[in-house]
Amino acid sequence: MAAVRVKNLRKTYGSFEALKGISFEIEKGEIVGFLGPNGAGKTTTVKILTCFMGANEGEVTVAGHDCFSHPMEVRKRVGYLPENNPLYTDMTVYAYLQYAAQLHDLPADSIHGRIKLVAEECGLVEKINELISTLSKGYRQRVGLAAAMIHDPEVLILDEPSVGLDPNQIIEIRQLIKKLGREKTVILCSHRLSEVELTCNRVIIIDLGKIVASGTPTQLRHLVEDHANLRLTIRGEKEKAIEVLKGISGIKRIEINAVRERGSKGYDIYTTKNRDIRSDIAKSVVANGLELLDMHKEMATLEDVFSQVTTRVES
Amino acid sequence: MKIRHINIIMHKELSSYTRSAFGTIFIVVFLVTSSWLFFQSFFLMNQSTMRDYFSILPWLFLFLLPAITMRLWAEEKKMGTLELLLTSPLTSGEVVWGKFLASLGFLTIALILSGVIPVILFLIGQPDFGPIVGGYMGAFFLGAAYIAIGLFISGLTDNQIVAFILSVSFILVLLAVGNDLFLNTVPESILPFLKSISLKTHFESIVRGVLDSRDFVYYGLFVLTFLYLNIFTLNHRKWR
Ligand SMILES: Nc1ncnc2c1ncn2[C@@H]1O[C@H](COP(=O)(O)OP(=O)(O)OP(=O)(O)O)[C@@H](O)[C@H]1O
Ligand SMILES: [Mg+2]
Repeated sequence: MAAVRVKNLRKTYGSFEALKGISFEIEKGEIVGFLGPNGAGKTTTVKILTCFMGANEGEVTVAGHDCFSHPMEVRKRVGYLPENNPLYTDMTVYAYLQYAAQLHDLPADSIHGRIKLVAEECGLVEKINELISTLSKGYRQRVGLAAAMIHDPEVLILDEPSVGLDPNQIIEIRQLIKKLGREKTVILCSHRLSEVELTCNRVIIIDLGKIVASGTPTQLRHLVEDHANLRLTIRGEKEKAIEVLKGISGIKRIEINAVRERGSKGYDIYTTKNRDIRSDIAKSVVANGLELLDMHKEMATLEDVFSQVTTRVES
Repeated sequence: MKIRHINIIMHKELSSYTRSAFGTIFIVVFLVTSSWLFFQSFFLMNQSTMRDYFSILPWLFLFLLPAITMRLWAEEKKMGTLELLLTSPLTSGEVVWGKFLASLGFLTIALILSGVIPVILFLIGQPDFGPIVGGYMGAFFLGAAYIAIGLFISGLTDNQIVAFILSVSFILVLLAVGNDLFLNTVPESILPFLKSISLKTHFESIVRGVLDSRDFVYYGLFVLTFLYLNIFTLNHRKWR
């Protein structure tokens, strides 16, 4: 059974439509990246999934329970790190984790052991008796994460967990999330593409309150495969080279790029979707008396996907 | 509603009063101001009674209690921790009761510490026992009512200062409608009504030592109403 199921979810703030009917499913054990530009509706979706907020329309099931009719059952099974990581800064790390554990009804005799465990997992052991207000941002983020997983939830929802961290801390948090994802379902909101690409099995791209694309990072790259291009370096006359290339079927566009060596020029070839024409190119170029010095395929990046599916002005 | 859940919240809020300097400052200010006001008139009148002390309390509480309730919700909203609290498996009712009982517990500690005054009175004179017990009971119930109002109003804003000012104004109105100065200016026909809703008339009747169940029912309903309103606003929140 799916760990999270959202069907036709709509949410308005006053007259502003923040979510315009989104639907998706997340299987148990998946790490799903929720990707979208600022104001896309990521936080809004997550606040509904954690039963903080109601919706105008739609069905939401998390960890097997309906968010609107059985919010308490959902809350017991969800760990949540809200955006901006709010914490009670006047508490020590230990007191805060203890409070979080009590809120989730952990039996009193297991709380100490559980705190030790999550503190170790999140690298908080040496800070455990310090006041949260004295911790650096990275450590605070770990405290937030530790509190979110204190009750061993089935589903972990993390809203921008690595915002404001330095590169080393980002890598650590990322590894931690990956480790958690081995046994839990994780939803990770982000607008950092590299993070999502490196940690998630699946990406849902949302923009202006709608899902605009979804799939594994590889599947998404295929979506824009026609953007992927071939870079060639050909020695010989430019006009002749272009004429030869134009004669090959499956090429959409040819551009001359900046590569320039003695007697040779660089060409960018935009191919039509899902056709590999590399050997055709090689054969024709050579058959026409030109020299093919170099050819390689450029993979589409998630950035390409993101900017293509979320552009608001058509180019 | 689980007692255990209420306890968790109560314990957390109480310890945040004691963790910060605020708790100590509050108790010191309360004890110093009230004893100073009390002993000032005590030596003037040279009477072994606490009547004057208890007549000061509604006005002292007017400023002190909203100071302990103003942060209860406003701070959680401002810091964003409300989101943690309201996505945990506790009902709004449990959280509201927990916060209410924490403030009431804190007030109780302050009242117990002020017990030095009657102890001194008993050492140097022979005061009447009844009115003193009545006075403390009245103070407790009056304080509970102020706290319920303050808690409810704190839930309407994310600004502690706004919560404080609104709470003081609202309590002031409910005190004033029982004040003689004000009562003299209103038509005879609504007098009983005003007296029955005023926080002050019920307090005075308990302090006088007349234990009328109506006064206790009044405070009970008063507290329940505002706690319920607090729960209602939480469950029907629109913001964020
Ligand atoms: N309480 C609110 N009242 C009115 N509008 C709101 C409210 N909260 C969010 N919005 C609007 O809803 C839209 C979606 O907001 P949301 O916070 O879900 O975006 P997001 O995808 O999380 O963006 P970000 O990457 O900046 O965190 C935005 O246009 C925002 O202005
Ligand atoms: Mg957001």
